[in-house]
Amino acid sequence: MSSLALREAEPAAGTAPGTARGPARRRRIALVPTLTLLLGALYCLLPVAWVIVASTKSGRELFSTFTFWPGTGFTGNLSELSAYRDGVYWQWMGNSALYAGLGALLSTCVSAVSGYALATYRFRGRETLFNVLLAGVLMPPVILAVPQYLLLAKVDLTDSHLSVLLPQILSPYGVYLARIYAAAAVPADVVEAGRMDGAGEWRIFTRVALPMMVPGLVTVFLFQFVAVWNNFLLPYIMLSDDEKFPITLGLYTLLEQGANTPALYTLVITGALLAVLPLVALFLVVQRFWSLDLLSGAVKS
Amino acid sequence: MRSASRRSYGVKGAPYLFLVPATVLFLLFFALPIGYAVWLSFRKVQVSGLGLGSGARKEVWAGLENYTGALSDSELLDGALRVLGYGCIVVPVMLGLALLFALMLDSEKVRLASFTRLAIFLPYAVPGVVAALLWGFLYLPDVSPFHFALDRLGLPQPDLLDGGPLYLALSNIAVWGGTGFNMIVIYTALQAVPAEVYEAAKLDGATPLQIALRIKIPMVAPSLVLTFFFSIIATLQVFNEPTTLKPLTNSVSTTWSPLMKVYQDAFGNGDIHAAAAQATLIALATLVLSFGFLRAANRRNKQEASR
Repeated sequence: MSSLALREAEPAAGTAPGTARGPARRRRIALVPTLTLLLGALYCLLPVAWVIVASTKSGRELFSTFTFWPGTGFTGNLSELSAYRDGVYWQWMGNSALYAGLGALLSTCVSAVSGYALATYRFRGRETLFNVLLAGVLMPPVILAVPQYLLLAKVDLTDSHLSVLLPQILSPYGVYLARIYAAAAVPADVVEAGRMDGAGEWRIFTRVALPMMVPGLVTVFLFQFVAVWNNFLLPYIMLSDDEKFPITLGLYTLLEQGANTPALYTLVITGALLAVLPLVALFLVVQRFWSLDLLSGAVKS
Repeated sequence: MRSASRRSYGVKGAPYLFLVPATVLFLLFFALPIGYAVWLSFRKVQVSGLGLGSGARKEVWAGLENYTGALSDSELLDGALRVLGYGCIVVPVMLGLALLFALMLDSEKVRLASFTRLAIFLPYAVPGVVAALLWGFLYLPDVSPFHFALDRLGLPQPDLLDGGPLYLALSNIAVWGGTGFNMIVIYTALQAVPAEVYEAAKLDGATPLQIALRIKIPMVAPSLVLTFFFSIIATLQVFNEPTTLKPLTNSVSTTWSPLMKVYQDAFGNGDIHAAAAQATLIALATLVLSFGFLRAANRRNKQEASR
């Protein structure tokens, strides 16, 4: 509504009515989309802006000053957070980096080799295998995570780093994306030329196909990194030792304790801000050479 | 060095070897757990005597007992209804906004497109737990700017964490987190439409609104179907957000959503058999809905192949 109202008001506020009708009309057309998008951006940035401001407030300021008025307690909050239970917060960050970094790397490798095989070769059972792998996307995480926990408990692997890492290596969506990228980026005659030169299949894959698939594989890596970093249910079920918690689970336990002690609110808020920064920084950095469109499997034709 | 026959053998065997890691992982972490869950759902623990001693508790065949138990469990059904109501808000609002933003990004002479696109996408990079936590604080009367503003204006302040508004509060978190990704999917589909398609309509004097409604939306219908079904699947599986809001309000029970109920039965009440039957039912419901999605996706593939 507000964008419509502004659109009507625009000519009066801008050039005098009746003059330069053409350009004014063209500007008006672009104004609605721009304002709509700005409103959307405002909505999406609001909680982020709030957490940035709130993390600067000391415990007392949080409840006494206006929400969007910065406080004076940021460094205090930071050192309190670092001191909380001997720096367990940074341990959580390190764990998340390990789970997401190593998990996404392994996942990208598996996706790359699977996607390449599914895209390049014609073999019996190809579509069946692909469809079965894809069906994994549709499984509710809890129907997987509960029996995964029970099975891993039988081999004494629960409450370990591996129990969070291993179930997340195979990503059905990663295989799906890698297949699309391999089909689009690796021409069949290049593979054939490699065979003519006497190169083995593995060598063709690593030396010829893999470099061509890199932009797509960056996407698979990012997707899986975000998926693992943001995962809550699996570590929630698998882990009980808080030294192994990822950041999502750590913040949740902090909030659970903080519910009765508002003094912990400032720690939760500062912790939430710091938990978001790595991913935001990651996306801002890769923006330069990577496009968001790749995430939906778009390939330039 | 290598003979032709050796090479052709390599070519034949290679895809199977390449797919060994994915297959092994699939069997270990997808097929085996699913099979185990289904097996557990048909079993139960029988307690003999007072349940003391090593032989007093043993696992026996239960038939469909756990399933009839799950289907007549009012907590599970209430949870399913809550999630249905929640989904009826989340899916249309989220996809409506995603489509709106995608169309706006695709319109001519739009300013600040790359900034707003990135800003709207940003919540995708925020973990669901952190998103729920941020919004949870924004809903809390003590710290919320909305309550501050309403208070100053002398208006009544609704409790967003209770009753009907709780659905809106939870839906808002999902909409905030999911709009950006869906916007990108739809926007990508819009960009794949060749510009010539619009040219004739433009020459005929069609307005941007008419072009959007009559040409653009039908052209991206396949990706709307895709995002629609993925959103339904994600909605059925809601767990993180209500779990995170739980410490902030008494209105979110431990069995608010069906997945929370499964977790509660498996680990809170220690009844893994009932939990397995419920999880299997949720998976079946998801598969039934996904069947429609797969058909739609196949139609999309055929369309693309004929292009």
